[in-house]
Amino acid sequence: MSEIDARVVRYVADLARIGLTDDEVERFTSQLSVVLDAVGKLREIDTADIPPTASVLPLANVTREDEVRASLPLEDVMRNAPTRDGDLFRVQTIIEERPEERVRG
Amino acid sequence: MAELPGSIREAGDLLRARRATAVELAEVAIERAGVDPYNAWLLVSAEQARAQARAADERIASGDASPLCGIPWACKDIIGTKGVETTAGSKILDGYVPPYSATVVERLEAAGAVMIGKTNLDEFAMGSSNENSAFGPVKNPWDTSRVPGGSSGGSAVAVAAGEVCFGLGTDTGGSIRQPAALSGVAGMKPTYGRVSRYGVVAFASSLDQVGPFGRTVEDIALVCQALFGVDPADATTMPLPSEDLCRDLERGVKGMRLGVPREYFVKGIEPGVERAVRAAIRELEHQGATLLDVSLPSTDHALGVYYIVQPAEASANLARYDGVRYGLRVEGPDLVGTYKATRGAGFGPEVKRRMILGTYALSTGYYDAYYVKAQKVRTVIKKEFDDVFARVDALVTPTSPTVAFGIGAKTNDPLAMYLNDVFTLPVNIAGLPGISIPCGVSEGLPVGLQVIAASYQEATMFRVAAAYERATEHHRMRPPAARAA
Repeated sequence: MSEIDARVVRYVADLARIGLTDDEVERFTSQLSVVLDAVGKLREIDTADIPPTASVLPLANVTREDEVRASLPLEDVMRNAPTRDGDLFRVQTIIEERPEERVRG
Repeated sequence: MAELPGSIREAGDLLRARRATAVELAEVAIERAGVDPYNAWLLVSAEQARAQARAADERIASGDASPLCGIPWACKDIIGTKGVETTAGSKILDGYVPPYSATVVERLEAAGAVMIGKTNLDEFAMGSSNENSAFGPVKNPWDTSRVPGGSSGGSAVAVAAGEVCFGLGTDTGGSIRQPAALSGVAGMKPTYGRVSRYGVVAFASSLDQVGPFGRTVEDIALVCQALFGVDPADATTMPLPSEDLCRDLERGVKGMRLGVPREYFVKGIEPGVERAVRAAIRELEHQGATLLDVSLPSTDHALGVYYIVQPAEASANLARYDGVRYGLRVEGPDLVGTYKATRGAGFGPEVKRRMILGTYALSTGYYDAYYVKAQKVRTVIKKEFDDVFARVDALVTPTSPTVAFGIGAKTNDPLAMYLNDVFTLPVNIAGLPGISIPCGVSEGLPVGLQVIAASYQEATMFRVAAAYERATEHHRMRPPAARAA
């Protein structure tokens, strides 16, 4: 059996910043156990001297000229924002302001 | 005009002979799409389609001979279209209007093709049945109690039901070829790096490719001709000289060596599917091909590789849905709470499952055991294909182990659903081109024959598929409802 249980599902969902209901945790735990058991069969293959695939393409270091080009019209981009303040995306406060730090400007 | 012509070639001939106009074709497609009973469409962009059709008629009047000029097509709703809502089949993108078009859309527009609208799909292309769409499942026109396959089910059905002449889909593990097989049309995934992914909603970036659905192999080749080529906006497109993809369509298979991989005729394959595919392979032998029994011993492990690499890449790609710049936003008590609430409400169950699986496979302590291990086995699988293609020109296999299954039959068993793609996903893992073409019916439902070629050998793959198509009538099959209409 694989090592996934409800605690692990909650932990990983938290890492991925996905809110789950208790029902979902229960359902996903049993479903993902089955899937992980199936993919766990890979352990049977000896890959000691085999390099991992980085890309199926024979390409490396694709570069282009660093040229200034027109960007998308601001309004076309901002139109999709769920909440905005003029030309800014509005988000919740992520840095708490403490009085003693204010002095440092 | 009541019906669209049976192929791009026929439609183009009518247009250039002035026996039909692009506006007339567009009106038929708009009308058919508007009354589509299969939930294949999420949006019909009728006004834009009419404008594109008028422009196409002007081009044709001035002597434009571009084969796609004036041809109506359907766009899977994971491909971004400027000014036309693009949802990826997800509530989290409901209402999103892209500020730019995907390169593939621009190329078809430049070729004069007429986009009729956006088609339904499994959410973020995660699924094999189209039941994971936030906007309801697509029904199979051969039997509306069954799925059309997925994830590009809407485009497959729009072509199968005669609502457009061709469609675009995306294929990460079979999402073009499998619905093509289950819906009775041709569908093709190009070699990784052939077609730009710029402007396509990202799912699993090392596996995703855009490709066409059509009625005939020639139609598929004509659309590929417009799509292929390097794009400065996608560094994973291969800089290759342009080539005529139709050059070998008439050559036949005489003298070709076709591999029949024994691992593709094993447990789980329906007897009716095996019968139809074996008969198709015999027909190719009858046409002069030499059949070789070959082995791809690690085929059984492709599913394991796929269900680590693909969710891992998806979990990274879908981290962009944060409720800040676009898409759904559900406020939580703080920013992290907002992320969680937004994704909890915006993603469907399959997307959440895969994000958790992918995050798990990439997390500390499991990264080597799962992700690195999978990428090593991926190297093994790719090498097995490379070795086989040193001996054969192409491989012939079933596309899917089963015909279309009932809506709801596999929704509570993710592993059973994932097994639908065992014959298609190895092709993505190795980055190869693959096409599915109709090769008969089993229990009244379509069966697909898959032809796989070595990287960049699409012309060879088309040669095999076209030879089969010429020798048989299966590509002329139409679903019962479309025949009655």
